[in-house]
Amino acid sequence: MSILVDKNTRVITQGITGATGLFHAQGARDYGTQMVGGVTPGKGGTKIDGFPVFDTVEDAVKATGANASVIYVPPIGSADAIMEAVDAGIELVICITEGVPVLDMVKVKKYMEGKSCRLVGPNCPGVITPEECKIGIMPGYIHKKGPVGVVSRSGTLTYEAVWQLTTRNIGQTTCVGIGGDPVNGTDHLDVLRMFEDDPATEAVIMIGEIGGDAEEQAAAFVRDHMTKPVAAFIAGATAPSGKRMGHAGAIISGGKGDAASKKAFLRECGVSVADSPAEMAEALLKIWQP
Amino acid sequence: MNIHEYQAKAILRNFGVPVPEGHVVYNSNSARDWAKRIGEGPWAVKAQIHAGGRGKGGGVKIAKTADEVKQFAREMFGMTLVTHQTGLEGKIVKRVLIENGCDIADEFYLSFLVDRSTDKVTLMASAEGGMDIEEVAAKTPEKIFFEAVDPTIGLAAYQARKVAFKLGFGIAQVKQAVPLFMNLYKAFVDADCSLLEINPLVLTGDGNLLCLDAKLNFDDNALFRHLRIRDLRDYDEEDANEIEASQYDLSYIALDGNIGCMVNGAGLAMATMDIIKHYGGDPANFLDVGGGATIERVTEAFKLILSDDKVKGILVNIFGGIMKCDVIATGVIEGAKQLGVKVPLVVRLEGTNVELGKKMLAESGLNIVSADGMADAAEKIVKAVKG
Repeated sequence: MSILVDKNTRVITQGITGATGLFHAQGARDYGTQMVGGVTPGKGGTKIDGFPVFDTVEDAVKATGANASVIYVPPIGSADAIMEAVDAGIELVICITEGVPVLDMVKVKKYMEGKSCRLVGPNCPGVITPEECKIGIMPGYIHKKGPVGVVSRSGTLTYEAVWQLTTRNIGQTTCVGIGGDPVNGTDHLDVLRMFEDDPATEAVIMIGEIGGDAEEQAAAFVRDHMTKPVAAFIAGATAPSGKRMGHAGAIISGGKGDAASKKAFLRECGVSVADSPAEMAEALLKIWQP
Repeated sequence: MNIHEYQAKAILRNFGVPVPEGHVVYNSNSARDWAKRIGEGPWAVKAQIHAGGRGKGGGVKIAKTADEVKQFAREMFGMTLVTHQTGLEGKIVKRVLIENGCDIADEFYLSFLVDRSTDKVTLMASAEGGMDIEEVAAKTPEKIFFEAVDPTIGLAAYQARKVAFKLGFGIAQVKQAVPLFMNLYKAFVDADCSLLEINPLVLTGDGNLLCLDAKLNFDDNALFRHLRIRDLRDYDEEDANEIEASQYDLSYIALDGNIGCMVNGAGLAMATMDIIKHYGGDPANFLDVGGGATIERVTEAFKLILSDDKVKGILVNIFGGIMKCDVIATGVIEGAKQLGVKVPLVVRLEGTNVELGKKMLAESGLNIVSADGMADAAEKIVKAVKG
């Protein structure tokens, strides 16, 4: 078992004829993901490297039976691409694009209210269930099938955690990059819920950042509802207040959301917190043995 | 992106928001002449820097005569203004805003921002105007009122009315407040703001509402559709290296330490700074080269660190996903060739094309200490810098 994606997931790429979209569609196909086609308005009816291309997501879904979509459309069109996928009945939309305007995402969130579609991202590395389905830009080879769920706001820091697990011969059920933007589709709490319900997941590593209170909400869920051990790391302990550290979400303001208070609250909730990013796997192994 | 108060007020004026009559000047004679042009005094003389707390640092003065305006302006030009938001080095005043003064009966706080917990633009207001809102939030959170806005409807009149009554306005002020709040919301959305703050909103002696101060921050990701706003950027307010970095779409922030960092990904970059601190060192910068960086961008990033005099050691920490390790290696070698590396350099590579990247660095003839893992890398660079 796993969460969000598995070997039956059928994926289309929105923006497949762009260099980035095509490169990662090929990478995902090589990994074994069912990449069933792509969408680029105006190029419907053509093929690119064997992928059928459609004008609209609706056409692509009809022809391929896709139930997931990955978006590499530039920021100016990302919000529209997400809404198109939602409207076409896609169950899981993963938006990789970095730099989507926040107010566009505010509209998207309103648009998605009451709809059953799940959005992951934007500004995220994607989702991978090792040895079954890779959607996104993460290097496949660092992953290994196994019992640990990983959820993170950051891309490369997720790789870091995964690599620490894999090199200790501990595999992963699913790794979810939720993205570093302040308004996004899926947060830590949503993913923890899914891991708690997934029989194959035995333990979880959660990677957070300064800013906002998503990590605190997730920690409260761990305390009140989770039966599985959770380890965590919070990036940005040394970030100066008020500065934007690449991730628009990672801003501390008003003394809220700083690393020290997040870590303290996580510990209170029974989460094993790593003080150094090099010790994420070790923090988990302190409270759980595979 | 931030802009100056006078620029923010000009934008708000276009949305029908009441702001004091005023003019920005660049020398003290101009200050006196414009004061006479816009009113009869008293006037507010306000230093224009991108930081709050100017009043306490001597950056806001009330002048009774036009000559006094000139004198205050002369004192302000060129002064280094230090406030709780500028850092110890302060900011040099190059622009001064001259405004008509007003008599203040009461002060309020008002802002719009995106609330991450509701994913909606939210109006935040308090009758504790003129004060530091963070302090109000910490001590008396019940004195702050929130109203979340439905993005498809916009701020509704009833919402503005609700907030106005909570602030204790009489009906005459409520009638002014409703269009004022709604126009502020329009400005926020139209200009893709990340923060719109009016502190204070004042009630004047003759019963009118007026935005005495205004702060606008913009969503950098949306500037592509606001070319006029993008042109308001004041490069004097920014670190030279940060400006240079932005030319190459690099995310760079100067810090106080002496270990230069080049990392891919914002989270890993923050974590790298954290682990340097963890081992007793101090990062000189935050630098995320991004996922899809070209060799040119990596080269420029590396040169940026090399040209920073306070850097006594460099840590390159890369976990290649989209970023290929050989691209990083090429950029490092190219940058080193152009500027020379005079300080210890520790490189940790992992991920896509890692073997090729390591091989290129090993064969480059550069004096590079390679590291396995983040902890090893951080320990080595901290040790090298401390000697």
